[in-house]
Amino acid sequence: MTKYLLIVDYNPGVVDTPMTEWAPDEIKAHMDYYGALHDELRANGELLANHALTGPEQARTVVGDGRSAPVVTDGPYAEFKEMLAGYELVDVESEERVIEIAAKLSAVPGPGGVPLQQPIRVRRLMGPADFTDLHPDL
Amino acid sequence: MTHAGTPIEDLLRELAPQVLGVLARRSGDFDAAEDAVQEALLSAATHWPGEGVPANPRGWLLQTAGRKLLDQVRSAAARRQREIMAATRDVAGPAYAVDDTLTVLFLCCHPALTPGSAIALTLRAVGGLSTAEIAGAFLVPEATMAQRISRAKQKIKGLPLPPADGPERLRSVRHVLYLIFNEGYAATAGTGLVRADLTGEAIRLTRMLDRLVPGDGETAGLLALMLLTDARRDARTNADGELVPLTEQDRDRWDRARIAEGTAVLDAAIGRGAVGEYQLQAAIAALHDRSPSVRDTDWPQILALYGLLERMTGNPVVTLNRAVAAAMVHGPAEGLRLVDGLDERFAESHRLDAVRAHLHELAGDPDAAERHYRAAAARTASVPEQRYLTRRAATLHARRTR
Repeated sequence: MTKYLLIVDYNPGVVDTPMTEWAPDEIKAHMDYYGALHDELRANGELLANHALTGPEQARTVVGDGRSAPVVTDGPYAEFKEMLAGYELVDVESEERVIEIAAKLSAVPGPGGVPLQQPIRVRRLMGPADFTDLHPDL
Repeated sequence: MTHAGTPIEDLLRELAPQVLGVLARRSGDFDAAEDAVQEALLSAATHWPGEGVPANPRGWLLQTAGRKLLDQVRSAAARRQREIMAATRDVAGPAYAVDDTLTVLFLCCHPALTPGSAIALTLRAVGGLSTAEIAGAFLVPEATMAQRISRAKQKIKGLPLPPADGPERLRSVRHVLYLIFNEGYAATAGTGLVRADLTGEAIRLTRMLDRLVPGDGETAGLLALMLLTDARRDARTNADGELVPLTEQDRDRWDRARIAEGTAVLDAAIGRGAVGEYQLQAAIAALHDRSPSVRDTDWPQILALYGLLERMTGNPVVTLNRAVAAAMVHGPAEGLRLVDGLDERFAESHRLDAVRAHLHELAGDPDAAERHYRAAAARTASVPEQRYLTRRAATLHARRTR
């Protein structure tokens, strides 16, 4: 089993309308889709954690030198669509499987039930080494 | 999770799969039987230390688990009347200890299960570990592991208890035990030290399998491989928990008792039927373990064994190993020549770069070595390896720029 982080940002995909202008039913369908997908992954024993993050309004950036008081600033207010919106942490049998899951996340429905096609970033977590693969006899 | 448990714990974990085998066979419901056995084990672990071990511990467990199973069945709907009949049949029948443990192993390592599911189910149903212990070993939440085990039990529910004579079944059991060992051994160089106990558990279960199928050369080969590899575990990390490659290990820290046992198991197994890949790997491990130093190692013999293993498995990682051995016998240029043309098969992996780096370093080309160490460090998904490879690249860089 291999652990992956699936990163979802605020990239709107193929839809320009902000979510606040969607029909309530469309928002519900969007949320239900995530809910059902998470339930399925949880039932499979594949989902380790998932969280949605608050928006950039509450983001803080902290810099410290280990001695004096840290410097805290608001933001960053980078391009909104590049901000991290949430993540899923999964533990799966193969790379094929994680890509399948990411594709489902990307196809979350938007207004009119259109799949949003949000880009999902897939990052493999570092873990322990595999002794059979470890520097062969070095 | 301790593999050197108290006598009662050891006894319980020895008996657990036997009792489960009987109950699963009698009731035809592996899932329910497994839950009942877990409850009975818990009850025994609570009562036996104070009240003493009963005269017939296996009978006690069978009876207790049988009663728990009956309770479960009773609390289910009345339409399951027929199952009650099945579950209430005399469960303390004749002893099938050997066959029952093996049957449960075959079931838990059923080829229909994914490796992840088979590992979890084997540790719980055969190893007698709790879900929390297994979850801790694989660094996942307990609820996730519970879900995985329950899914695996559901999946094998409809499948018949497989017969104990198919070579495929035995092969998949060996593979699952090998993967459990690997998980534990790999972790000893990482952060989660508790996982090291998985190696102990894998060795215990493989010993058990070796007793159940006496004369099976590959099972003995696997046991030997585990013992001969585990012997180097302490030397494999330094005081800072960093990885120490085989050639730099302090051989005084190798476990002599493990080596002696592994060598004896291997010597007894060799020649028993066809030579398999675990036997070959064990033979290579034994050559390293017996050698007092890198220089005194019988590299020509290791090179020959890797040649056999390569022909048998076609695994490109074996080719990398062979290249390293070839470099020790014929010089680094020969090693580099052997890994030429492997790029496509290692497109996603750091291993080829790591070996090339090492061979270039041996060949006295620090520039090329540094470049490949850096490439390998960027590609590995292993924390200890990444640290090791980065440090290696940095060392060469510092030397070059001084």
